[in-house]
Amino acid sequence: MARIDLDHIRHAYMAHPRDEKDYALKEVHYAFEDGGAYALLGPSGCGKTTLLNIISGLLQASEGRILFDGDDVSVLSTEQRNIAQVFQFPVVYDTMSVYDNLAFPLRNRGVGHAEVDRRVREIIDMIELADWSKRKARGLTADQKQKISLGRGLVREDVNAILFDEPLTVIDPHMKWVLRSQLKQLHKRFGHTMVYVTHDQTEALTFADKVVVMYEGEIVQIGTPDELFDRPKHTFVGYFIGSPGMNVVPVSVEGRTARFGDERFDLPGTLNAPIGGAIEMGIRPEFVRVGEKGIPARIDKIEDIGRHKIVRALVQGHRMAAILAEDDEIPAEPRVAFAPEGINIYAGSWRVDYEDAMPGDAR
Amino acid sequence: MKRPRRRVLQGLGWLVPTLYIIFLMLPIYWLVNMSFKTTNEILGGFSLWPQNFTLASYHEILTNPVWYNGYISSISYVLINTVISVAAALPAAYAFSRYRFLGDKHLFFWLLTNRMAPPAVFALPFYQLYSAIGLFDTPWAVALAHCLFNIPLAVWILEGFMSGVPKEIDETAYIDGYSWPRFFVKIFMPLIASGIGVTAFFCFMFSWVELLLAKTLTSVAAKPIAAVMTRTASTSGYELGLLAAAGVLTIIPGAIVIYFVRNYIAKGFALGRV
Amino acid sequence: MNKTWNNKAWFMVLPVLALVAFNAVIPLMTVVNYSVQETFGNNLFFFEGVKWYREVLASERFHASLLRQFLFTGLILLIEVPLGVAVALAMPRSGPWVSVCLVLMALPLLIPWNVVGAMWNIFALPDIGLLGHTINALGIDYNFTRQPLAAWFTVVLMDVWHWTSLVVLLAYAGLRSIPDAYYQAARIDGASRWSVFRFIQLPKMNRVLTIAILLRFMDSFMIYTEPFVLTGGGPGNATTFLSIDLVKAALGEFNLGIAAAMSIIYFLMTLLVCWVFYTLMTREEAQ
Repeated sequence: MARIDLDHIRHAYMAHPRDEKDYALKEVHYAFEDGGAYALLGPSGCGKTTLLNIISGLLQASEGRILFDGDDVSVLSTEQRNIAQVFQFPVVYDTMSVYDNLAFPLRNRGVGHAEVDRRVREIIDMIELADWSKRKARGLTADQKQKISLGRGLVREDVNAILFDEPLTVIDPHMKWVLRSQLKQLHKRFGHTMVYVTHDQTEALTFADKVVVMYEGEIVQIGTPDELFDRPKHTFVGYFIGSPGMNVVPVSVEGRTARFGDERFDLPGTLNAPIGGAIEMGIRPEFVRVGEKGIPARIDKIEDIGRHKIVRALVQGHRMAAILAEDDEIPAEPRVAFAPEGINIYAGSWRVDYEDAMPGDAR
Repeated sequence: MKRPRRRVLQGLGWLVPTLYIIFLMLPIYWLVNMSFKTTNEILGGFSLWPQNFTLASYHEILTNPVWYNGYISSISYVLINTVISVAAALPAAYAFSRYRFLGDKHLFFWLLTNRMAPPAVFALPFYQLYSAIGLFDTPWAVALAHCLFNIPLAVWILEGFMSGVPKEIDETAYIDGYSWPRFFVKIFMPLIASGIGVTAFFCFMFSWVELLLAKTLTSVAAKPIAAVMTRTASTSGYELGLLAAAGVLTIIPGAIVIYFVRNYIAKGFALGRV
Repeated sequence: MNKTWNNKAWFMVLPVLALVAFNAVIPLMTVVNYSVQETFGNNLFFFEGVKWYREVLASERFHASLLRQFLFTGLILLIEVPLGVAVALAMPRSGPWVSVCLVLMALPLLIPWNVVGAMWNIFALPDIGLLGHTINALGIDYNFTRQPLAAWFTVVLMDVWHWTSLVVLLAYAGLRSIPDAYYQAARIDGASRWSVFRFIQLPKMNRVLTIAILLRFMDSFMIYTEPFVLTGGGPGNATTFLSIDLVKAALGEFNLGIAAAMSIIYFLMTLLVCWVFYTLMTREEAQ
């Protein structure tokens, strides 16, 4: 169990990176607190696996240092860092029994026989493979194999951190849910530092205390699930989290008024700084009201998904989505309005704060 | 203490393949070395490289029709055999990889046993058989005889590659209205193109290197190059230079073929079966 | 793969069946025919029953070449398989050197077998060959045309030179198919180099190594051309393996009955060993 400091880490897979584009991982400077549960969230190719492998030592970062509890471990091998890691696709030792597979990491480190037995039995029960313990791992199904990989990651008690690289990809949906809550429980019980890589927002938001959103080799926002939802720091976070994603439309801003096409509406506050770059307004579908007031809109499609419905509309030539309650009526000449607490302004894709910070911002 | 030692060992990893390759190259170097020496120099004593460099041996070989005819007949029976083997093996391998049929397992094993049959066992009966049907001393005799071990091998390799192609592809094609022959040529064969290449390579290889049958089934007209070479060695006394030059020339076609398939070797040798 | 039952598949197998049967069944019948008859020339044959088989099975000459054959096959398997695996393990997994290594290593496999014999003859000649000259220069008396031990050494070394690459290429193909995640997991689990070999690499090479051993067994068991060109089966009968003995009996001494009976026994032996291999392999596949 340890605090992990990433000290100005950068990584490029090529030998002599020349500019920013050559880096698979742009500068990361952040600390994972001891005992925290973190999720690294982002689309494939955003550098999250690279970051994970740098932490575990499978990769040597091109630049920067890694500290475990203040000790520099940048040049130490994976083995010396004492880390557990679970991979996306199951890795099992085919010729060993299920039991021996789980005992393998412990035996390699010279753990005593009785202790090995105690730990393995505990884990084997947890992953529900106790009946299979004597079986060779070769004949098992993919999700049984992945459970073994997961078990091998959890079997050591003294690890500095446990890293998960999209571990539930091959597991069927019901089991996914069970395993995820078991992981959470385990985290509560033992307090390991856990880092969980995923591209699935539900997985990230339910597992982690803090979610690290990555995009094109960069960390774009770190925060609690609520922060990511209410105040996305980057338009990408807005798109990527939430379903449907945040509406982002071009606007221009004068004082507390924003102009959207031919129409104007009020902002909740004055922007903090004079801003350059393309100005956009981001608003989640949950904060778009459809009624008789506001900007005229054309409704293209209504998707009824049970407890609420998603309205797809064309507003000032831009597509927008709104979420309405099941029994909300849509008038014959619909107009949309934006709830002030849901309006975020972006300059060059990054969020701009309001001068008179609203209570919501302090969160 | 453990780590640095392991590092050093890993750093020396290149040594093993390098030493192995040097071991492989030494006899070949010696052959090349001898081919550039005059007979007098060879018999005169030991030297690591030619003292009187000469191309005489090569000149003699390349101007003598017996030699280049040997080349032509070798290449022709190898090519005929490769084409026949692959063409016949394709549908058979498909049958083995997709269908169960009466006696399929026994048939497959029987095919494999022919790959295991020692050519020495068949040399004499082959001579009689091919004389009887009037193919003796033609490239066709050798090409057909080599089918004995090349067809089983081709079926075996191709079956491995074909089993790697999901059956759903066949079914989708039939639903799309393809007839079997059209599906096989237009869709299936491109999918296993690398497997066909590997199979052809193996057929070429085993037909090119085999000599016992090739020699038994030919006398003058279709004599393979490698056999011409042995005869030269025995009839013209101890002309090692000539023998060496001929040897070098028989290595070249193989080397060219390997060069072309170099990127498929690693995958191909898994025979689609890993 | 779940296969459908379809007896029409026989039509697809027919060309192969015809070609192989033409080459295998007719000659095999000829051999069986010879093996039960006696001839005094002039195409006159007399039925002899199992006489030749009895004679072959009782002959010391056959026992001796059989023993030499097994000794040779055992030796080369013991050397070539571990050596091949070791070289494959030490090869780089990727990079420009891989192609270079593979091309150079595959070269011996594509040299006609009598050229291999001739090449090694020139290479091992005691006075002017590089190998023979060097060994003699080291103070060891070496002459493969006169000393049985030296002849054996040369024949085995030649076969190692000729065929180890086949094992290397097969093992390397097996190794390449192991995903990186396996090696990474092993590092996470703190596995030693030996454990990585024992629990990851060896199980994954299992299938290709079976193929390698099977091919090497078959080909070394029928070896003829290379040792024949190198040593002619000598000195004496020191390197007379089964095939060389067989050809000597058939063409050299024109003992057709003996040669044919020997062929059949020889063939049945390879068949038996291969059947064992085949059952092992298919059983593994079923698992």
